[in-house]
Amino acid sequence: MKSKFHPDENGYFGQYGGAFIPELLYPNVKELADNYVQIIESEEFQKEYKSLLKEYVGRPTPLYLAKRLSEKYGAHIYLKREDLCHTGAHKVNNTVGQILIAQKLGKTKIIAETGAGQHGVATATVCALMGLDCTIFMGEKDIVRQAPNVARMKMLGAKVVPAISGSKTLKDATNEAIRYWIQHPETFYLIGSVVGPAPHPDMVARLQAIISEEMKWQLKEKTGKENPDTIIACVGGGSNAAGAFYHYLDDEDVELIAVEAAGLGVDSGESAATSQLGQVGIIHGSKTILMQDEYGQIVEPYSISAGLDYPGVGPLHAFLYETKRAKYMNATDQEALDAAFELTKIEGIIPALETAHALAVLSKIKFRKDQVVVVNLSGRGDKDLETYINHLKE
Amino acid sequence: MNSIQKLFQQKDKNLLSIYFTCGYPKLEDTTKVIAALEKSNVDFIEVGLPYSDPLADGPTIQDSSHKALENGINLDIIFNQLMTIKETNKTPLVLMGYLNQMLKYGEDRFCQKVVDCGIDTVILPDLPMVEFENHYKALFDKYGLTNVFLITPHTSEERIRKIDSYSKAFIYVVASASITGAKGDISNQQVVYFERIKNMNLQSKLIIGFGISDKQTFTTACKYANGTIIGSAFIKNLGENGIDKIDDFIKPIIS
Ligand SMILES: Cc1ncc(COP(=O)(O)O)c(C=O)c1O
Repeated sequence: MKSKFHPDENGYFGQYGGAFIPELLYPNVKELADNYVQIIESEEFQKEYKSLLKEYVGRPTPLYLAKRLSEKYGAHIYLKREDLCHTGAHKVNNTVGQILIAQKLGKTKIIAETGAGQHGVATATVCALMGLDCTIFMGEKDIVRQAPNVARMKMLGAKVVPAISGSKTLKDATNEAIRYWIQHPETFYLIGSVVGPAPHPDMVARLQAIISEEMKWQLKEKTGKENPDTIIACVGGGSNAAGAFYHYLDDEDVELIAVEAAGLGVDSGESAATSQLGQVGIIHGSKTILMQDEYGQIVEPYSISAGLDYPGVGPLHAFLYETKRAKYMNATDQEALDAAFELTKIEGIIPALETAHALAVLSKIKFRKDQVVVVNLSGRGDKDLETYINHLKE
Repeated sequence: MNSIQKLFQQKDKNLLSIYFTCGYPKLEDTTKVIAALEKSNVDFIEVGLPYSDPLADGPTIQDSSHKALENGINLDIIFNQLMTIKETNKTPLVLMGYLNQMLKYGEDRFCQKVVDCGIDTVILPDLPMVEFENHYKALFDKYGLTNVFLITPHTSEERIRKIDSYSKAFIYVVASASITGAKGDISNQQVVYFERIKNMNLQSKLIIGFGISDKQTFTTACKYANGTIIGSAFIKNLGENGIDKIDDFIKPIIS
């Protein structure tokens, strides 16, 4: 039986999705749509993909029972350690897969957008690995606040192009990447989250699904059961959450919690909590939930975390929100910072600012003592040290 | 009959259409720009709805859209502005905007307003054909609106033929793999593409746009199509020299 959480033939999850793209991109998107499932499901791809994930990325990532965190919140809290992936975040699961797809389609020039710089680094990394030409679009504001990742991308041989329009963040980097793609249709747009025109959201979800695939057998080993009670993940575009939820979407007894960035507070006017602030709209080729004004002009979001600073969510998330299959919570800048410091102090793990938002809701949930909770630890905090150091001084 | 079809009955060679951004350079300039363009004998006018994130547009139109939005322009103001010239303006108007603007305004409400303003043709560069077939064709038919499709150097022949069968006003021939913005001369490669489209003997009229900027590119493009659209080059001139100098920009092109 086909899951209702898989897209239909036009790339829709319920009313969300589709491919709202200028005509120039039609042949590219069609080529990908016609081929991606077949490529991903082929034995050859699976062999190369799984081998790279194991030997190069370092998978499987541990599922670690965080004892002191568990004690503190009165539940069995496991951390899915995506922060231990090569390049420091879950993003590389997707870039390893897409670079193989790009090669199968005969593409040699790669472009990508990045917010926190994790996707940019992960893209530059696989391009270096495969000897492909790499251009990364990044908002000018993010270039400043995620400087270490900019340096890494450059060292990896990527060209980093600043996006200077709009809020100069992830949305604008994506606009510039799409505009470049329109003008250079021979390039492969290696998109960084479950966003963009169909089939990108589904393709990225399938490539991140390795997270929940591993969780199943790891939980079985550790708890005797494949299913946890609760999975918690942060949502920018929604790729790490989609990967952590993927193999549990049809198991309605598994509670799914997605955490958005509230910035200075959901109603402060400085927020990126899309599900709370958005309505149906189109962004980057996808119909989804979008932060916009009454005339459909996109509202500039805000979050301390560059990776969550996005006015939309992937169409799968819009559908999970609408159908209430997942619960959407949020955390402010301050709550995320506090959660990052807490995890560092009691577990010795410095998380990425994005990930810290997922950790921040632990204090907002009332757990049963025997509740099995998995927090997807999407990335590590090296790139955010400057923000953390400034916060320490306060 | 559609207003653009009527226009083609009177004239089907060397048509000049100008794209401008509503509410630019100043909020109240929308109707003034239209009046000046009419006076300069422009054949039809593309009324650009400023959008915050115009994916198909280059820096010039991004910039004019941004300024217009800062000026406080919005769809209600634009529709009100267009209502005031409904009786006086005789030059056909084509509305160009992004799909999300229509979606958020309410699709029926949007279409009704467009019709109320005496406009019957729209261009939505991010409206794909499959969505048109599944939903928007019926909506537009209900209001007597015509949708203009874009084709590009990469659009397949089969798809062009289909687009041709859906087109009632004209086909918008995007001059190169490009976003909007002036490009300088027309290359041999572009000429090959224009010839290929021309030789398809489509039932639709053809208007070439994107990168057409002056007399020379206008004249070249008009050899292969019924006319052309100039956008960024016009807006750049408008921004630098103001409404008073619109005629100085248009006259050398069409004379
Ligand atoms: C560590 C980390 N987690 C989460 C995200 C958010 O992206 P997504 O919602 O696609 O997982 C990012 C994006 O940059 C990231 O770097």
